[in-house]
Amino acid sequence: MVTGLQVRGASVHYGGTVAVDRVSLTVAPGEMVALLGASGSGKSSLLRAVAGLEPLASGTIAWEADDLAGVPVHRRGFGMMFQDGQLFPHLNVAGNVGYGLFDWDKAERAARVAELLDIVGLSGLGPRQVTELSGGQAQRVALARSLAPKPRMLLLDEPLSALDRGLRERLVVMLGEVLRRTNTPALYVTHDQDEAFALADRVAVLDQGHLLQLDAPETVWRSPASRAVAEFLGYGPFLTGDVAGTLGVSVEPGDLVAIGPLGLIPASEGVELSVVSHHVDRGQVEITVRLPGGQEAIVRAPRPPEQALIAVRVAVEGCAMVPAGA
Amino acid sequence: MDGRSSRLSHVTLVQRRSPAGVPRGVPLAAGWVVAAVIPIAFLGVFFAWPVITLIGRGFVDENGFTLAGFAEAFGAARTLRIIGQTLALAVTGTLASVALGVPGAYVLYRCRFPGRTWLRALVSVPFVLPTVVVGVAFKTLFNGPLAFLGIGESFGAIVLALVFFNYSVIVRTVGAMWARLDPRVVEAARALGATPARALWTVTLPALAPAIASGAALVFLFCASAFGIVMIMGGVTWGTLETEIYYQTAQLLNLPVAAALSIVQLTVVSASLGLANATRTRRERALRLRTDGVAAPALRWSDWPAVVPTLAVVVGVIGLPLAALVTRSLATPEGWGLHNYQLLGIAGSAGVSVWAAAATSLATATQAALLAVTLGLMVSFVLSRRPRTALGQRAQQVLDSLFMLPLGVSAVTVGFGFLVALNRPPLDLRSSTILIPIAQAVVALPLVVRTLLPVLRALDPRQLEAAATLGAGPWRVAATIEGPYALRGLGLALGFAFATSLGEFGATSFLARPDTPTLPVLIFHLIGRPGADNQGMALAACVMLALVTGTVMAAAETLGHGEARGW
Repeated sequence: MVTGLQVRGASVHYGGTVAVDRVSLTVAPGEMVALLGASGSGKSSLLRAVAGLEPLASGTIAWEADDLAGVPVHRRGFGMMFQDGQLFPHLNVAGNVGYGLFDWDKAERAARVAELLDIVGLSGLGPRQVTELSGGQAQRVALARSLAPKPRMLLLDEPLSALDRGLRERLVVMLGEVLRRTNTPALYVTHDQDEAFALADRVAVLDQGHLLQLDAPETVWRSPASRAVAEFLGYGPFLTGDVAGTLGVSVEPGDLVAIGPLGLIPASEGVELSVVSHHVDRGQVEITVRLPGGQEAIVRAPRPPEQALIAVRVAVEGCAMVPAGA
Repeated sequence: MDGRSSRLSHVTLVQRRSPAGVPRGVPLAAGWVVAAVIPIAFLGVFFAWPVITLIGRGFVDENGFTLAGFAEAFGAARTLRIIGQTLALAVTGTLASVALGVPGAYVLYRCRFPGRTWLRALVSVPFVLPTVVVGVAFKTLFNGPLAFLGIGESFGAIVLALVFFNYSVIVRTVGAMWARLDPRVVEAARALGATPARALWTVTLPALAPAIASGAALVFLFCASAFGIVMIMGGVTWGTLETEIYYQTAQLLNLPVAAALSIVQLTVVSASLGLANATRTRRERALRLRTDGVAAPALRWSDWPAVVPTLAVVVGVIGLPLAALVTRSLATPEGWGLHNYQLLGIAGSAGVSVWAAAATSLATATQAALLAVTLGLMVSFVLSRRPRTALGQRAQQVLDSLFMLPLGVSAVTVGFGFLVALNRPPLDLRSSTILIPIAQAVVALPLVVRTLLPVLRALDPRQLEAAATLGAGPWRVAATIEGPYALRGLGLALGFAFATSLGEFGATSFLARPDTPTLPVLIFHLIGRPGADNQGMALAACVMLALVTGTVMAAAETLGHGEARGW
């Protein structure tokens, strides 16, 4: 039996622009899939198409065996959380959380609102005006609101990207806990790979409307399907076989070595490379070195370099192999 | 059964019922079509048909189709003089309103000082004052305290009255945008070494240009179709197309010439409407760049270049005529007193007392306002949709312009058209008292739409999407999200509709029956009669009418919110 969300060959066009190009993916019950990509990659358009907010130019979106074409937004039973919350300013916190419960009876509705506020850690804030909430509180109310009607799936459109870093890191943890606790499958759009890897069971990497890779987070990280995926994740530079050889790494023909953030480490027995520059980042020293082929690469070290040359070796566990083609 | 399973079964049921291949949103679209059709039908029957019927009469004589009216109209030196005067008055009135209104917008919307709210209310009162009252007030001023200037029936006096009337249009339109301009853009220019004047000229004014242009186009429209003011102040020397159409139809019964003039007026008006529309679209697009909650800085001494003209307008152009009106209404042959107000209960030369006419006016304006706001809400909801297809967008634009048209077509033409077109089957309403509120609603409808539409368009579409993803259908979204939001503009829209209807003169002057005149019609009648008592009654009635409209607008202002302040 088919379960969960089935997206097959979905395309979204805006006039002549192709925002999403024949993307297929599934979300199983209880699963969380992250749509990861830069701005303009089509990830939000795909999410909006699943919600029913954008028409499909081709392909199908189905829930279990039911094609959702012709099912309007409000009958899809998918909750959605927006980047800036989109709380209704004329309703208080309880009014917002209870908005989707219009056909519930009053007592059940109040109980459900209280339950959700408790889950997101805002017990007792029901009578508060939404204009008096902080950014983090507003997003938690938005989460409670989207979960209140027990949606069969939750769609999240960069829900944390408007918040500052510390708050974002705390809320990612809470979001993951809440979704697992309510066992709600989710499609999560983000441009932040840390967020995606922290939350998702599987990560879909999109670029210019194309789905480049869909795998478990560690697979995406360990074996990027293409150079584009590796670049988006922060790999670089990409070494051809001969350059890699000078650093003591052997590569299959047709493959490139993608140097990860920890792919080059200082080692007294390593190859000596010239230092281009260095700067301090979060207490670590990032040293830019010139590789034998002329490319520049970054070595992370605890201390600044003492000489114009630094001995370096390739840490294979910090690198990935990608096909040279793309 | 918990909420989830009941939702799921509901979803399944609905899906089974809807046949495959039906595009989503069809019932929704049908609903919007109905909401569009009712106001269109209303405008068709009570605006287009009478106007077309009347204009059509001008092209027919006993031998069939003829252009004799055009030949006669354009052969007469009088017509060319009237067209020249209309354009001269409209251009000068617009330039003066813009030149004075832009500094006013700065002072009243971009600076903070004690009494600002009060002053904003004061400058917006003239716009809703009945044109008859404006005309009488200025006439009183220039024939009374300022008679030594000798400009009683002059071009300059009429232009001042036009500025009095239209100043707030510029102040509101430009001020609403100015208040929302991101001050950091000017700060950036200043940091790059621009003087305040240079920053104003190179950064602020270009950013405000769409608002200024759109306000100016509206003012031009109001000036070019000015009726009551010119009727009272112009005498035999000065006229506009509007007064000439009245003169040709009502006095000479020369329909061919009136029709030709109506078409000239329609052309002028359509051109300025087109301009207003084009710039308004740009403004609404530009407004999305705004930052909300910009705090206005306190007024400083260095703001004097804006404060001086604003004070001059508030005191000289707005304050003086109103003061003259009030003092003259208190002057009697026996000295100061309330004699003129005591006359309000007496049926004078018209056979109807001012109080009776006021009662008629209030009843009529209430009906007209309710009608205009009901239709205006429907139109605004339809026009605030964001259609996805090019056809839908085009249809929406056409609809938008359609509902602006009554602003530009001579109210005189509408009123006379009612008499000509609605006096025989299938629709014989001439003896019905409903005709006046209908005509007033036609005139007020564009203002209602222009007040409500910016409010609804300012609503973030994702608010509606959020409601839909929470399971709310289109009607529930309209009732629970857009409805409460539209309420912000509803008070102001009702106020505008009521005040406009209360003061409407052009169309009403044709439709009011002699035994039940409205207040502006009675005032016009009294002001044209000899005798101190008639003049005194007219002045006292003007003060009454101004007080009522002013109070209504002040109440509406306090109900209105920021979004509804500009057109």
